[in-house]
Amino acid sequence: MDDIESRCIALIAKSKNIPASGIRMDSTFDELQIDSLDKINLSFEVEEMFSIEIPDDSLNSLKTVGDVVRGVERLRAAAPPKAAAS
Amino acid sequence: MKILKRVVVTGLGCITPIGNTVEAFCESLFAGRTGIAPFDSDELAPPLRFKTIAQVKDFDASQHLTSGVIGSTESGSQFGIVAARQAAAQSGLLAHHVPAAMAIVTGCACGGRAADEEANRQLYTRSARVPPMAIVRTMSSAGASNISIDLGIGGPVLNIATACASGTHAIGLGFQMVRAGMAPAAIVGGYEAPLTPGFLRAWDSMRVVSPTSCRPFSADRDGMTLGEGAAMFAIEPLDAAVARGAHIYAEIVGFGMSADAHHITQPRAEGAAQAIRRALADTANNLGAPSQAVSSTEVGSFPPSIADRVGYINAHGTGTQTNDAVEAAAIHQALGDFAPRIPVSATKSLTGHSIGATGAIEALATVLALDRSSLPHIAGVTEFDRTLNLDIITGAPRPLESGKDIALSNSLAFGGLNAVLAFRRYDGRPLYDVAR
Repeated sequence: MDDIESRCIALIAKSKNIPASGIRMDSTFDELQIDSLDKINLSFEVEEMFSIEIPDDSLNSLKTVGDVVRGVERLRAAAPPKAAAS
Repeated sequence: MKILKRVVVTGLGCITPIGNTVEAFCESLFAGRTGIAPFDSDELAPPLRFKTIAQVKDFDASQHLTSGVIGSTESGSQFGIVAARQAAAQSGLLAHHVPAAMAIVTGCACGGRAADEEANRQLYTRSARVPPMAIVRTMSSAGASNISIDLGIGGPVLNIATACASGTHAIGLGFQMVRAGMAPAAIVGGYEAPLTPGFLRAWDSMRVVSPTSCRPFSADRDGMTLGEGAAMFAIEPLDAAVARGAHIYAEIVGFGMSADAHHITQPRAEGAAQAIRRALADTANNLGAPSQAVSSTEVGSFPPSIADRVGYINAHGTGTQTNDAVEAAAIHQALGDFAPRIPVSATKSLTGHSIGATGAIEALATVLALDRSSLPHIAGVTEFDRTLNLDIITGAPRPLESGKDIALSNSLAFGGLNAVLAFRRYDGRPLYDVAR
């Protein structure tokens, strides 16, 4: 499991108070009971963690954990941060 | 002519510095066991003038609420949700009324200050972005909304923010809704968790917080003590409660409101006196007191027979020199010759002053006093202020005198906003609605 994937899963596990072991790349937000407010909050925390900005139109297409991880990878590749925020 | 329903309290709930169940609260209340204690203020520099607060203890939100609710609420709302659940469960009213039509009226003045202060600290110290949850966590009405979601209550749901009278106004307005038939039943009360660094420091600057501990009506009183918590009530029409065999803790018989129209912090006795008069005039109408004794032109008149039935006043009693003296003057203005003979106590020496929740917590003490026919004393008072000419209950609880079945709960807020509730010990008399 690469760094981005493990950090995203840890973030979701913490915010939903569920074990990380139960979260897979193909887990959907519906399965994880991530509602629209959770999604907005998760996006904020992901932005903070990886020093990125998720465009509004991309936000709507996020449906799975894998969507988040791949989105972070794309955004970081497009504009590598000088130093990732912790 | 409109028929007003008689309204009774059939369920209680609380999260307070002296107990997280009504049973524990009641035990502490009548034992005079205070929830005020020294607190760790090391993170606050320079240090505050005061060293004590009244905190809720042993409250683990994860034992009651989902992580989603915990993440989107502050502790004040969490106290309110759990207290409302207790009241609803104890009453059983959700199974007997239509939840979709029921009301919720809460009092919360400060909102989620902790989330607000933390977000602002991050914003102003390191230009940090503000998390989206700051919106929903800081709303004063978040508790009311979450109680609605939690209990499935879908009628009128609102939060009142009138500083230290919020909880009392909320109970009074819920009472109006149920008596008028606007809602078949209601959850009413208050919640607040304001003990944040910024809030404590602002009160420190106001110089009204006790350097020792709150002692209302004491000769040596030296200020208020800040607190937090929640108290909630299930209220419904008397006939519905009797029909289903619910325990009736007390009847709500009157509600009076007034504004001093005077000063943002200085209270004026005339304003508080008018709220007491209006609560008793409402009581007189509810109880069918002789109509000729109640003036049709002056709001706030009531016959001596009603004043003679007042057996207890749970005072706002903040423990500041000014509040207690002004409140005593208001009681004298409103009740005249009856005033010196009415037993008075205050709850803040046990629970502290929890701002928007305090009126609800004190209404809880008042309802329990009527239900048990026992009047709680003021803890921590060694010698009461005799210049106030009130019958202050000190030392130990006192029995409610026979024939004195009415109790008042006063709230006098900063900004001169006053609210007074009148409760009556329920004696199981035959049902009747009062026509007016």
